[in-house]
Amino acid sequence: MTASTFEQVRDIASDIFGIKADKITAHSSPQTIENWDSMQHLNLVLAIEEKFGVQFEPEDIEEMKNIGAVTAVVEKLQSAAR
Amino acid sequence: MAKGAFDLAARRLAELWRRDPASATASFVISRIDELRDKTRDRLSDPLALTKFKLAILRSFTVEPIVPLLRAEAFACGIDLEVHIGDFNTYVQDMLDGQSALYRFAPDAVVLAVRTGQAAPELWRDFADLGPEGAERVVRDVVQRYEQWIGAFRKHSQAALIVHSLERPSSPSLGVLDDQSEAGQSGLIRQINRELRRIAGGFQGVYVLDYDALVARHGSQHWHDERKWLTVRFPIAAGYLLQMAREWMRFIVPLSGRTAKVLVVDLDNTLWGGVIGEDGMAGIQVGPEFPGAAYQALQRALLDLSRKGILLAVCSKNNLDDAMEALEKHPGMLLRAKHFAALRVNWTDKQQNLREIAQELNVGIDALAFLDDNPFEREQVRVALPGVIVIDLPRNPLEYASAVRNCAALERLTLSAEDQRRTEMYASQKHRAGAEQTFLSKEDFFRFLEQEAELEPVSDLTLARIAQLTQKTNQFNLTTRRYTEPQIAEMAQKPDWHIFSIRVSDRFGDQGLVGVAITHDEGEQCEVDTFLLSCRVIGRTVETALLSHLAKSAAERGRKRLVGWFLPTKKNAPARDFYRQHGFERQESNGAGSLWALELSRSTLRCPDWITLKVSVGSSTTKTTAGGRI
Repeated sequence: MTASTFEQVRDIASDIFGIKADKITAHSSPQTIENWDSMQHLNLVLAIEEKFGVQFEPEDIEEMKNIGAVTAVVEKLQSAAR
Repeated sequence: MAKGAFDLAARRLAELWRRDPASATASFVISRIDELRDKTRDRLSDPLALTKFKLAILRSFTVEPIVPLLRAEAFACGIDLEVHIGDFNTYVQDMLDGQSALYRFAPDAVVLAVRTGQAAPELWRDFADLGPEGAERVVRDVVQRYEQWIGAFRKHSQAALIVHSLERPSSPSLGVLDDQSEAGQSGLIRQINRELRRIAGGFQGVYVLDYDALVARHGSQHWHDERKWLTVRFPIAAGYLLQMAREWMRFIVPLSGRTAKVLVVDLDNTLWGGVIGEDGMAGIQVGPEFPGAAYQALQRALLDLSRKGILLAVCSKNNLDDAMEALEKHPGMLLRAKHFAALRVNWTDKQQNLREIAQELNVGIDALAFLDDNPFEREQVRVALPGVIVIDLPRNPLEYASAVRNCAALERLTLSAEDQRRTEMYASQKHRAGAEQTFLSKEDFFRFLEQEAELEPVSDLTLARIAQLTQKTNQFNLTTRRYTEPQIAEMAQKPDWHIFSIRVSDRFGDQGLVGVAITHDEGEQCEVDTFLLSCRVIGRTVETALLSHLAKSAAERGRKRLVGWFLPTKKNAPARDFYRQHGFERQESNGAGSLWALELSRSTLRCPDWITLKVSVGSSTTKTTAGGRI
């Protein structure tokens, strides 16, 4: 997990969930972020796809249980594209 | 937080949005706007000076992720957009039930976003099983349903309705065979869409959004995301939410009234490639070939705007002679000086010129849109004149035309005959004003104008316009008496009453019917009941021509005196000295106004010799000698 991908994911999550970036860690999840419901999950997914120019498979989206997992999926797709 | 701090915060948010119009930015921007609004709710009614607009979206698919982008985009257009989303696939109940949440929301506009798969499932799936008769029945049913929904909607609400047309499948079930007949899958969906346009045309304020064209513009392969459609009922790929939002804005902006009436354009590197002052006529690029074609395409887009009634104006830092030579003589130019209602070619800063243009064309500063290739000029205008709609041109000139064509502030949802002629009317006005400055005396200018005035009796053709002028004219109106069409028609029947209307044209164009006078004879005198002139022709001595004709006509009927009241109002000061200036003497004054009289035997009133006066009597037209003494 590189710092820059994590930071970018964190900043997007910060905008979408409306909480400060420094309150978000790799372990932040629907359990710790009140706002993170299924609709916000879709918003997060779309915002990340848009920013990184990727398209997730349904299984990828399933895996995104916390911010660290989201970052890992983005990195997997990025390295596959390289 | 003071008002200035709000302006600054709002400007920063708009800037942020323009720089990075992404989903995450949208969420941030709208949460900040909501915060700003909540903070001031009790103290300032509208700290951000936004136009409030309520939009309801009825849908057969997930639209929630688009809403933040839509609201952020609306904010950047000066609109505070409140959005209500109907429940999933409940659009039928919502529209039919007058008590539904939709109508309780009291929307200004409603989007009906239904996909073909839900509106006409039989056409979308298993089409090959339908058979020709079945297919026809389905089309009939679908059209009938839409007609019912829209009819019910109109019964319950006066809001605008924007109906998504039905999308055609990108791969029809019979392959290329499908398109060999109008009865194929695509053909039938096209037929439904034609019917939707017909239905929409039967109502006020019902519009069709061409969903197929929208998808085609961005490419069907890119637009769709089948995975998300199947999993979360969201059909649009992540990169295109903004395009959906912007398409809705092309309706919302004109509906909210935040549109531009005038588009002010720069010249160098905007209307043509290169700098006329340096590159000269042979060096600038504009024409049918690359790279000049990009600029011709932009000019074509601007011509289309002027056909929609949007005025064009030039604001350019240049020497006037250089710019005019290119505007008038360059063979590649589609736009000429006559297409512009105002020209500001000088070295003054743009905000000053924009203010002057607004003043000259008699519109507010927020009715201007500004088109300039130079980001620095754009930013300056944004800061100095926040009301002006600044259009961000892309870097590549080949994309200029579509940037203008897709600009929501330049959209119109209806078009009147007057809209289509507006540029022409303003252009002839401008040439008059321009010509005036080059003449030594007013009289020389009047001669140059070659005005022709034609006096016409009341007819079916002029009745409506005459009544309209009595109702609308405020400034040059001596008595401000308002008459309806039936009242005018009745007066025209009475033998002692005479109604005159005057039509004026000059070397720049036809001004139409611009003046009305009504007199009635009583004993030895003829009283002017009504005398008015449209402000378009005030100060061009048309009033003298008309009055001289009244005097002549009264004398011919054996009257000795022409009398008339001047009844002052808040607005008719321009007419105050009219009778005095034409040799009338004041007879009496009372609280309402003053009565003036002219002894016809002693009158020197005559038609100015620079106006050719024609008098038509019914069908025959007799020409009187101009300047004939009475």
